[in-house]
Amino acid sequence: MQKPTIAGVGFTKITAHWKQSLKDLASEAAVKALNDAGNPEINAIIVGNMLSGIINGQENLGSLVAESIGLSGVSSVKIEAACASGSAAVMWACLSVLSDLFDSVLVVGVEKMTDVTDNEDVTSALATAADYDYEVFFGATFPSLNAMIMRSYAKTYNLSPEDFGYLPILMHKNAVDVSHAQLRFPIDMDGYLNSPMVSDPLKLFDCAPIGDGAAALVITKKDGAKNSDHLVEIAGFGSATDTLATYRREDLSRLRAAELATTRALSMAGLESKDFDIVQIHDAFSVIGYLNLEALGIVERGKAHEFVASGDAERSGALPVNPEGGLKARGHPVGATGVYQIAELALQLSDRAGPSQIENPNVGVAMNVGGTGSNVFVHILRRVE
Amino acid sequence: MRPNRSVGIVGWGAYVPKYRITSKELARAWGKDWKKYAARILVEEKSVPGIDEDTFTIAYEAAKNAIRRARVDPSEIKAVFVGTESKPYAVKPTATMLAEALMIGGEERLTLGADFEFACKAGSEAMQAVIGLVGSRMIDYGLAVGADTAQGAPGDALEYTASAGGAAFVIGTEDKSVARIVGTCSYVTDTPDFWRRQLAKYPSHTSGFTGKPAYFTHIINASKKLMEEMGTSPKDYDYVVFHQPNGKFPLKVAKMLGFTEEQVKPGLITPFIGNTYSASSMIGLAAVLDIAKPGETILVTSFGSGAGSDSFHIEVSDRIEEVRNCVPRVIDFIKKKVYVDYAIYSRNRRMIIMPAGIGDY
Amino acid sequence: MWAYRLNIPSHWRLLSERYRLAGGYCENCGHKMFPKQKICPKCGSEKIKPVELPRRGKVITYTIVQTPPRGFEYYTPYILAIIELEDGTRVFGQLTDIEPSEIQEGMEVEMTIRKVRVSGESGAIAYAYKFRPLE
Repeated sequence: MQKPTIAGVGFTKITAHWKQSLKDLASEAAVKALNDAGNPEINAIIVGNMLSGIINGQENLGSLVAESIGLSGVSSVKIEAACASGSAAVMWACLSVLSDLFDSVLVVGVEKMTDVTDNEDVTSALATAADYDYEVFFGATFPSLNAMIMRSYAKTYNLSPEDFGYLPILMHKNAVDVSHAQLRFPIDMDGYLNSPMVSDPLKLFDCAPIGDGAAALVITKKDGAKNSDHLVEIAGFGSATDTLATYRREDLSRLRAAELATTRALSMAGLESKDFDIVQIHDAFSVIGYLNLEALGIVERGKAHEFVASGDAERSGALPVNPEGGLKARGHPVGATGVYQIAELALQLSDRAGPSQIENPNVGVAMNVGGTGSNVFVHILRRVE
Repeated sequence: MRPNRSVGIVGWGAYVPKYRITSKELARAWGKDWKKYAARILVEEKSVPGIDEDTFTIAYEAAKNAIRRARVDPSEIKAVFVGTESKPYAVKPTATMLAEALMIGGEERLTLGADFEFACKAGSEAMQAVIGLVGSRMIDYGLAVGADTAQGAPGDALEYTASAGGAAFVIGTEDKSVARIVGTCSYVTDTPDFWRRQLAKYPSHTSGFTGKPAYFTHIINASKKLMEEMGTSPKDYDYVVFHQPNGKFPLKVAKMLGFTEEQVKPGLITPFIGNTYSASSMIGLAAVLDIAKPGETILVTSFGSGAGSDSFHIEVSDRIEEVRNCVPRVIDFIKKKVYVDYAIYSRNRRMIIMPAGIGDY
Repeated sequence: MWAYRLNIPSHWRLLSERYRLAGGYCENCGHKMFPKQKICPKCGSEKIKPVELPRRGKVITYTIVQTPPRGFEYYTPYILAIIELEDGTRVFGQLTDIEPSEIQEGMEVEMTIRKVRVSGESGAIAYAYKFRPLE
């Protein structure tokens, strides 16, 4: 079986794009990816997006995106899996290509968050990833649910407030020289510890910022690719679900769906966790970043902060994590994030990542988390020699 | 008025929110000399509802306590009446919410339900309605609640007393009673001493006119008429409870009727929690039942502006000892308190107006 | 943002849960759940009957919300918690009648009914369970 292959990559800078609409961002990324792939004939477009209905008042993004790039006529849908919408779109593009019914599929992850300007509105929109009737109704916000996970995790493994600071500090450091990153400034431990509380014990600097962005991939088969100089193979993928509501999980200090998705992806790729050369984790909140490292089998449970503090996760470390700054500093336009993660990996595995390029990686993994771990997608990418 | 068959209080319960504001803090907020302005009404502090409390949540707590003391299955309760002048909804009964929350009338919800309004005596008339239903054998048990988050305009004299609380009584057949309600008497006139128009946020009142022509006249007439019907005099009662808009009026009306301070004091609660409007005399009665012994007698007279009074003759029976301590007493609620300043008070009472659109979802 | 207005039919449908903690009991394996599900998450049985859950429990974990969503501005900061009821069933809701400094994991709480949200001056009021410290 020929594995799905990434033939083209494109994305926009992540920021508050006041002058650009959701359609503008999606089409910019899509055109870049199509050009990068040598403009193959596209059989289908899959759009990953979470909030267009609630924030932009626009659904039916399949039609919107197809038309915006002159591809009306092509089959096209939106896929939604909360913050994991982007990688869900990638996975369904892979399945489409693997079905042999489609040769080339364009994946576009897009989120335009800054069209609402009140924090309360964005907070409410993001909360739709949680269980409306049993969490959101009572005033749950997305940060508040992750704050409870953080408190449980800290209690289980006896972690201090500083322990959660290592990851955001590294992410900010990584993003400084990355031109498409949203927060290109370093932070230190004092700055982290003194950042305002969002939902105790979760601080502002535990949280990824709100931003707009779009990322796109052309997924095809190796034999059908037009530009063969930078192909990257999707060696395996897996996804899994957990309870929609956080309170219905027995153990709040682990992500079961992330563990299951990892097992499935590794099995499909025929690889083990020790084979990873570079890792993309979903650090929307510091604690979720740590739980990802543990679910991926990279570190023991409760030890993720030590791994990051040791320097092993740096660009030059034993196993670089989010060398472009991750969700925390590169940015987290929610429904686009999964596509960004896989795009960043594809650039790294074809030595095209610019300042954030790490040395000669062969296998990379991306973990994208929807909800508080209720829907998780893992993709394993491999360099094509 | 006497029921056809003997009727009594089967269970009683009260609830007072835990927050308090002192009259000194209220005086400070408006630059008033506390001694000259507030001290003379004898209310040291008043209860303040939590930001998430209202008449329904207060009524729920009081009713839950009353049903627990009554040891009656809620499905056997066939009437629920809520007396209040701070309905959460101007149109939509609080009683149906109580029925739903407490399963009154059982799964099938076969129960009467209504809200009563008569200023501060809406709760006592709810009691009379249940007495009538039980006394005529239409039902065996009914629930009467008086509850309010009383309104008093910022800076107004009422602000020193208007508070929040509730009391509930399960009324039923005499055999299960903790206290028999022997008779009741009501007196009403058209006396505009205090009112609130349909869309007004705060009530209006007539200052000195609320005293003699309103409070004193109605309480005295109803109480005297009841004692006449019962063939009793003030010395026949161990306790007397009057509506208590402040700490002063009940003592004064007691004296006018020939009661002693000792008869009034056990049921005089307003000095500690303020005037809970529809619940005022009912919490007083609950406090008396908390300590009364079998065989003792109680006279209760409510007062509602507009105006009228309901007077009750009550005799305590043996069963009271069995159920007295199974839920918190009024004194427990009085003791459980957290002080708030005028800022938190204004917020909890929603006196601060948020910009349009905020909280509108 | 119409999507997070209070939906009255859905609130009404859930009143038995929100006023009385109605949950589910699996007649096959004895597992209790909140809310009641069609299929037991433990054993897969479809024999689930309604049951009222205990109203006392303890705080498993909590957070203090400083940045509210729409509709909760007036209540901020407020406390959210996961509660384990006496029978082991878990529910999620607000703590009330408590200061943030008083909360501790493991503290005992009991259910009460409070206002959760109010739709402005003219809209509906949604009441539901909240938990307060047990005296």
